Amino acid sequence: MNFQFPHFSAALPEIFLLSMTCLVLLTELFMKYSRSVVYVLSQVALLGTAILFILGFNNISYTTFNGHLIFDALGSLLGIFICIIACIAFIYAKHYTRDRNIPNEYYILGLFSTLGMLVMVTAQSFLMIYLGLELLSLPLYAMVALQKDSPTATEAAMKYFVMGAIASGMLLYGLSLLYGVSGSLNLPAVASAITTMPEKQHLVLVFALVFVIAGLGFKLAAAPFHMWAPDVYTGAPTAVTAFLASAPKIAALGMAFRLLITALPQIVSQWHELLIILSVLSITIGNVIAIAQSNLKRMLAYSAIAHIGYMLLGLLSGNAQGYSAALFYILVYSIMSVGGFGMIVLLSRRGFEAENIEDFKGLNSRNPWLAFMMMLLMLSMAGVPPTVGFFAKLLVLKAVVQTQMVWLAVFAVLLAIVGAFYYLRVIKTMYFDAPGDPTPIACASDTRLMISINSLALLVLGIFPGALLEVCRVAFGL
Amino acid sequence: MNPIPISMLIFYLFAGIAVLSAIMVIASNNPVRGVLFLVVTFIASSGMWMMAQAEFLSLILVLVYVGAVMTLFLFVVMMINIELTSQKRKFSYYLPFGAGIILLLVLMMLIALHPQYFSFGSMPSGVLPKGANTELLGKVLYTNYAYPFIVAGVLLLTAIIAAISLVHRRPRDCKSQQVTEQIKTRRELRVRIVNLPSEKKED
Repeated sequence: MNFQFPHFSAALPEIFLLSMTCLVLLTELFMKYSRSVVYVLSQVALLGTAILFILGFNNISYTTFNGHLIFDALGSLLGIFICIIACIAFIYAKHYTRDRNIPNEYYILGLFSTLGMLVMVTAQSFLMIYLGLELLSLPLYAMVALQKDSPTATEAAMKYFVMGAIASGMLLYGLSLLYGVSGSLNLPAVASAITTMPEKQHLVLVFALVFVIAGLGFKLAAAPFHMWAPDVYTGAPTAVTAFLASAPKIAALGMAFRLLITALPQIVSQWHELLIILSVLSITIGNVIAIAQSNLKRMLAYSAIAHIGYMLLGLLSGNAQGYSAALFYILVYSIMSVGGFGMIVLLSRRGFEAENIEDFKGLNSRNPWLAFMMMLLMLSMAGVPPTVGFFAKLLVLKAVVQTQMVWLAVFAVLLAIVGAFYYLRVIKTMYFDAPGDPTPIACASDTRLMISINSLALLVLGIFPGALLEVCRVAFGL
Repeated sequence: MNPIPISMLIFYLFAGIAVLSAIMVIASNNPVRGVLFLVVTFIASSGMWMMAQAEFLSLILVLVYVGAVMTLFLFVVMMINIELTSQKRKFSYYLPFGAGIILLLVLMMLIALHPQYFSFGSMPSGVLPKGANTELLGKVLYTNYAYPFIVAGVLLLTAIIAAISLVHRRPRDCKSQQVTEQIKTRRELRVRIVNLPSEKKED
């Protein structure tokens, strides 16, 4: 028996978050009707975890807990952003959940889901990746169904659950084949076992890889595994959509990094080709179908599929520059995504969901500041220069061009122009159409402040992208 | 020609039962029968685990899944009323599509899965160190696998919370006295003195 006592400091953020979550759970039980206490404690838990990650952020990388957990810059960076994005989503959800009788379990399940994401992005074995994935998904299924009196939410939860179960099954099958071939659950050990394999046995690996990529594709909602995304995004309560459309994407990219780069670097040429298919399909389907949508939540769901396609461009380039570009893209996308759904939350009120593009008619004359914030979000999603969305797209395209795939870059740019149409249509609706709904917009000051910070962050990061770019490079040792 | 080893025969017996009963789980019209076929699948897979020298897992599968989980599941299935006819039509509607995909997958598996890793030669026979399965598992579960073990525990806790939060309904419109509020009340909140102009009685 070779048992080494683990370095608990490596798992300090996860331990803190788990303890705080249990505290929130007990608080909710004994102080039943105090929403604000539960809310504040949840925020303290998330911010504390983010601070622990920031304090521990450095270039050292080591595995502990018998090789199940890795402490490195990539995991810490992903962890920081997961916590911050979850924190922003909770701020948007505060008034929304209170007005719609969504129980306090929203925060508790959200915290457990965040814990699952952290476990997944710091995982170093198949076992931890799978456990983290389940801990991330299971609370999300329940969160979608939390609004019990809404039939669409229940339907969305059912679809999400069935699709998620299929995805987990596929991923598990792929992982079990990899385990059968390499005889180890540990990611670096799998990689070294593959190095010593004869070339012709790579067929088994490719077969396993197809299942692993399919599982990843489901979680990222990349075409052709995207079918669940529009229905779930539309059917779920908007506050839940804001959460599940942002932070889990960061975690899913973290899982892709761990599985593809740490465990399967020897068959990069094989997953490179699979990812090209996924990327081209996602960009095309996302951008083209989004044009036909009149429901903003549905439009943003298709735009999410397209954005995942762009992010995959960075991942498929197969070098450290590309990986850091993909990382930058997903971090920026999660900020835009949580802001976009946050805006829908903000304009909604009890008994009314501002989820149609029509509901944004003449927003400029009703509330110029919010219209300006929404314009920033849309411009950033479209990738217009002063905002950070431009840099994100530029970096992934640069990574693709550097790997001699100019056709792919040209294709991506052409469809980005198609995509700009539906983002600009929202801006046109806000600024040039007459307002249809005369009700004044009543939103709480903390939500209004958060959406302002969220949107302005896209502008500020667009003008000064240096710091974020630098940490994304550090995460891959550049 | 070599005689077929008895272990291989037993394996194919269990594997055949597992696959057939798994197909019957989704093919049978009656959900109660489906659950019972699932029980058969579990028992057959526990037999296969036993052959792979994983006797602890094999027995746990029978005890926990067959003995407890599936029994509960059976109660649930018996209680809900499911239309049988609509199910049948849908099954035959999706059958060609599903069968096509399964055929494709099986073909790919036959081509891709290399016998070096997935044949009887790679079954663990006599490779395990001495000692009962339970003892070996117990030694690593709380040491080398402590982290996954705890996370799995958290996962179960989450499942409990998720299930309760979906099913539990708080008593709504439940009227109750709030004593602190009652004590803190002031006169102005309860009594309003209104100045009315005095009226003269008209004759």
